[in-house]
Amino acid sequence: MSLFEKFLSIQQVREELLTNGINPFHLTIEKIISPTEAVINGRTTILVGTNNYLGLTFHPDCIQASQEALAQEGTGTTGSRMANGSFASHGDLERAIADFYGMPYAIVFSTGYQANLGVLSALAGPGDTILMDGDSHASIYDGCRLGGAEVLRFKHNDVTDLDKKLRRLGDRSRRTLIIVEGIYSMLGDRAPLKDIVAIKKQYGATLVVDEAHSLGVLGKRGRGLAEEEGVEEGVDCIVGTFSKSLGSTGGFGVSAHPEFEFIRYTSRPYIFTASPCPSVVASTRVALRIIRETPKLRQQLWENAQMLYDGLEEIGYTLGAEVGPIIAAMIPSKEQALAMWQGLLEQGIYVNLMIPPATPNGESLLRCSVSAAHTSKQLETIVQSFANIHSSLKEPASSLST
Amino acid sequence: MTTYTDILPQILETLNPYAKKAGQLKETTDLVSELGLDSLQVMQMLLKIEDQFDISIPLNNLPNIRTVQDLGQEIETLLKG
Repeated sequence: MSLFEKFLSIQQVREELLTNGINPFHLTIEKIISPTEAVINGRTTILVGTNNYLGLTFHPDCIQASQEALAQEGTGTTGSRMANGSFASHGDLERAIADFYGMPYAIVFSTGYQANLGVLSALAGPGDTILMDGDSHASIYDGCRLGGAEVLRFKHNDVTDLDKKLRRLGDRSRRTLIIVEGIYSMLGDRAPLKDIVAIKKQYGATLVVDEAHSLGVLGKRGRGLAEEEGVEEGVDCIVGTFSKSLGSTGGFGVSAHPEFEFIRYTSRPYIFTASPCPSVVASTRVALRIIRETPKLRQQLWENAQMLYDGLEEIGYTLGAEVGPIIAAMIPSKEQALAMWQGLLEQGIYVNLMIPPATPNGESLLRCSVSAAHTSKQLETIVQSFANIHSSLKEPASSLST
Repeated sequence: MTTYTDILPQILETLNPYAKKAGQLKETTDLVSELGLDSLQVMQMLLKIEDQFDISIPLNNLPNIRTVQDLGQEIETLLKG
């Protein structure tokens, strides 16, 4: 068997998923019009699966900052910060992030994925233990694996299971890193962070919180779940991404521990990759300022989330979690989810199709991510389109296969 | 000290609900290809085993656990500490 033969099974699955020639996991956006609209298959489509929570991708201040950086600093850095040097703007962004969180130390990574790889692999190595939530993002799984620590998994959001696993570790609990997420990306549920902080303190462990989906969304200043729950002092490190609320690409880690600064010298995903390009750094800094200065955006996001949530609930959809910017409609079967996703796309609505094994508990989901930039009219259209396809849920799954 | 011999019947009892037919489970039974467990079922089964023996099985060791026997040996090793 050649190395390439193992892809045959993937090819088969892909062909099953092809609906009228459209691959839901390889969709082409022909033209992007705004944070909430694009042309897909020649049709103007409302985007409700972008994670563009605050709609900043087209903010004139972000675009202007990016354009100025392009003109002044060029298109790319062409190398890593350790080997080729840092641009002054990298340091400026790190100070801006540190200031935003009220913590002294911040490190910028080229993607959010790399932020988890870089921070987790540097913090916990051979001889250490990581306790991760079972529903963690793939970047957390990969980051845990990269460092060489022993990795244990506790039941999703189950503080009793976390406690049990820390107890079993005995003295090793003091060399244990707990990693959880502020908002989980599949169902939109939150970590029980107050309880997790209390347990972390009880066992003397270290706690990292990934605020990828909660930055700009939760907390009085938009810092995330730790701020919302009033437990920032109990969190040792926050990791996050620029590619959601901040509307660009990249990631970061921020901490109050002085030793955090030394991650730069040990973290392979930081050292052996090109540093973020100047236009991205510039727009991210401005987006951070906008989050800080415009709490109204966050308020609008929550109003929109409430409107969509209420609309879908009223139709009769079972939703994954409490109201929030991620609203996942749970669909009984993969085939129904696929057909309904296609039905929405034909009506000019793009949501995320999520099917096992990427989903928790083997669920099939139509996942919406709400944006502050959605208009009431767009939200009404989205709800109406979901209403139009709701009758599909009553049909047997076999009749929905295309 | 709990040995593999003590552990095996306990695992077989826990795994019994996953068997497709009576008498299917043996030491050499492959948990994935023969029992047909998907990743979610594997996780649920491991959580049961962990609580049963009051141990935590590291994710790092999972690639080495293919059969009932592998699982029993892993439990024995973890119980020895």
